[in-house]
Amino acid sequence: MKQEGKKKLWQEYQKEIATNNFFYVRSCVRQNFFPAAEQTFLRIMRESLGKTVRENPGHTTCTGIGYHCDVVPFNTTMTVIARQFALMTEAGLENLAVSCITSFGLYTEIIETWKHFPETEAKTREYLRKATGREFSIPTNLAHASDILYKLRHEVAARAVYPLVNQTTGKPLRVVEHIGCHYSKMFPHKGVGGAEYPYVLAGLVEALGGEIVDYPERRHCCGFGFRQYVVRANRGYSLSCSKKKFDSMEPYKPDLIITNCPGCPYFLDRWQYVISEMQGKTYGENGHGIPVFTYEELAGLVLGYDPWDIGLQTHQVSAEPLMIKMGVRFDPEKKYQGKNGVNMGRPKKPSHLRIDMDEIQQTPVTGYPIQMTI
Amino acid sequence: MNSIAIIGGGVAGLEAAAKLSKQGYAVTVIERSKCLGGRLTQWHALFPARKPAEPLLLRMISEIEGNVNVIMDAAVTGVEKDDDGFAITISNNRMITASALLLTTGFDIFDAGRKEEYGYGIYDNVITSVELEETFRSGRPLLTVKGNKPARIGFIHCVGSRDEKAGNPHCSKVCCVTAVKQAIEVKEMLPSSEVFLFYMDLRMFGRHFEELYKEAQFRYGIQFIRARLSEAFENPDGSLQIRIEDTLLAKPLKMSLDMMVLMVGIQPQKKPGNLTDMLGLARDTDGFLLQQDQYAAPFATQIPGLFFAGGITGPKTIEETLTEARAVSAEITNFLKHRENYASHEPYLMEL
Repeated sequence: MKQEGKKKLWQEYQKEIATNNFFYVRSCVRQNFFPAAEQTFLRIMRESLGKTVRENPGHTTCTGIGYHCDVVPFNTTMTVIARQFALMTEAGLENLAVSCITSFGLYTEIIETWKHFPETEAKTREYLRKATGREFSIPTNLAHASDILYKLRHEVAARAVYPLVNQTTGKPLRVVEHIGCHYSKMFPHKGVGGAEYPYVLAGLVEALGGEIVDYPERRHCCGFGFRQYVVRANRGYSLSCSKKKFDSMEPYKPDLIITNCPGCPYFLDRWQYVISEMQGKTYGENGHGIPVFTYEELAGLVLGYDPWDIGLQTHQVSAEPLMIKMGVRFDPEKKYQGKNGVNMGRPKKPSHLRIDMDEIQQTPVTGYPIQMTI
Repeated sequence: MNSIAIIGGGVAGLEAAAKLSKQGYAVTVIERSKCLGGRLTQWHALFPARKPAEPLLLRMISEIEGNVNVIMDAAVTGVEKDDDGFAITISNNRMITASALLLTTGFDIFDAGRKEEYGYGIYDNVITSVELEETFRSGRPLLTVKGNKPARIGFIHCVGSRDEKAGNPHCSKVCCVTAVKQAIEVKEMLPSSEVFLFYMDLRMFGRHFEELYKEAQFRYGIQFIRARLSEAFENPDGSLQIRIEDTLLAKPLKMSLDMMVLMVGIQPQKKPGNLTDMLGLARDTDGFLLQQDQYAAPFATQIPGLFFAGGITGPKTIEETLTEARAVSAEITNFLKHRENYASHEPYLMEL
């Protein structure tokens, strides 16, 4: 594969991304799927990089899932999103940072719609005014939160405590990236690197010391694809999509998967468990799975945040083998301890997928784990 | 004496130059590149008879040698028109005057990299039909990047043709038969290889094209699959995995290839500095030069004395281009002899 060919293409898909003063809109599902990911983004932006990011608890769903499942009409969706813009405007901000890929795609679609059909924008303004009395400005800069971490990747890298490097071999970690469909497939020029060879996560991973692995089924759906999962009868299709990807990436021996969509990490993580239960098949090393991360979690890990603060204990595929490779210091005892210090209990062990670290002889938290048999 | 300037020293330009100089006119050919022959120089063998291209090229060049003023490596920077004719400015501020001007600047080849999902320029073993022909021409063996003989080769038709998303809704016409010709040549070079052609429709419009297509199937065992390529990926060993839809079975299919040849289409010249725009000539809906009248005045522009021929008005075979060159030569002769009452550019309105 010719990397220079990809680089040439990436040049054609550059977008403007603001670097500070954001109004952040959360995802409606991410806080359940990977509860600490969004908080980690805010922590990176505010604490590590010193940026201003504001929120409003009155922010709602963008209606994206309902819209794509044909249960929410477009006019309703536009009005709901106009309300999010109004919240941003009321906060005195112009840069919108979007947590969810589907929201980002939908915001992009609506702004494009208004550009081509100004009468639709006028109508939406009227609906919002009648419903809420609010007015809004269209964001000057619309970026997905992964765009922002891509833009600030060198600032993150400069603060890296645990770069994406295998501490034993000194080699870059091999990373598979999976981009949410709604990031750039609808509007290739609104995504860093375009739709076919997106660079947004690849650029972040490279800056953090890792190496991107391209594999035949890279573009294939993660398995979420709303109608595949939301319609219960289609769930087998969802699972087979994910399996196709794992089978395709397995020969490349990736150390981890990074994603930028709410659904992708969830399905790529959870289906590894389901496949192991159904077929006894696991895709990582020594019976483990391939750890799956959101971009914020991975950046947080690189920045040295406590893995249990960034929510890695909620992953089905355990992140510990990777953390040990990276030399991350962590306390295994705290994995199942809640924020209030109370033990949350250990999940039942899967039949095949190894999630425990019992075999890992870890040194105490003050030192680096050096003895490991994973 | 009446003089004629021809911009473009390709197939149409050379043939017209030869014919017009034989009529006694002083002809100047202005060529942008450093060699004559245009697209003909890229061909190894010509369809349908698979005649070698080089003797034709050499014959065409010898026809003009000593009879035609040839200026190579020269870009046209401006064209002025007055009652006497044309003043053409070329590189280094040189000026050429002519009573009649013939444009034979041809077409562009679709940039296969724009079909990003096919991986041209990114995957190792994806090449274009132009590059395959160059391999034949050079006499080099056909090998994968790792130096192996490809066991499975797939030709993808209509890359940048009949593709509205790529901005080329038109058919490039010559690629179907080119693919059949090249597939046969691959089979001759690598008899044990499997060769597949993935086509949208097969347009075997020309004389003996259909025979060539039959020969490809019956004699060479080339497999024709009516399909559209959705996307391609590279396998760890550098081979390709393609995802297609078989449009006869109406089913998606996946298969592996060692090499993929993209049949790149023909498109109008639109790059900055192209003569069509420089001269303010009208383009047709497909982007190629607008003909005054497809039947009555196929080679004349609105500007008296300015003619065109060849690929500037759309995809053409070499045979068709040669025929046009001969026809436009007759038209230019007619113009120069009867300049005062030359009226063939008057549109011929068909009663339908």
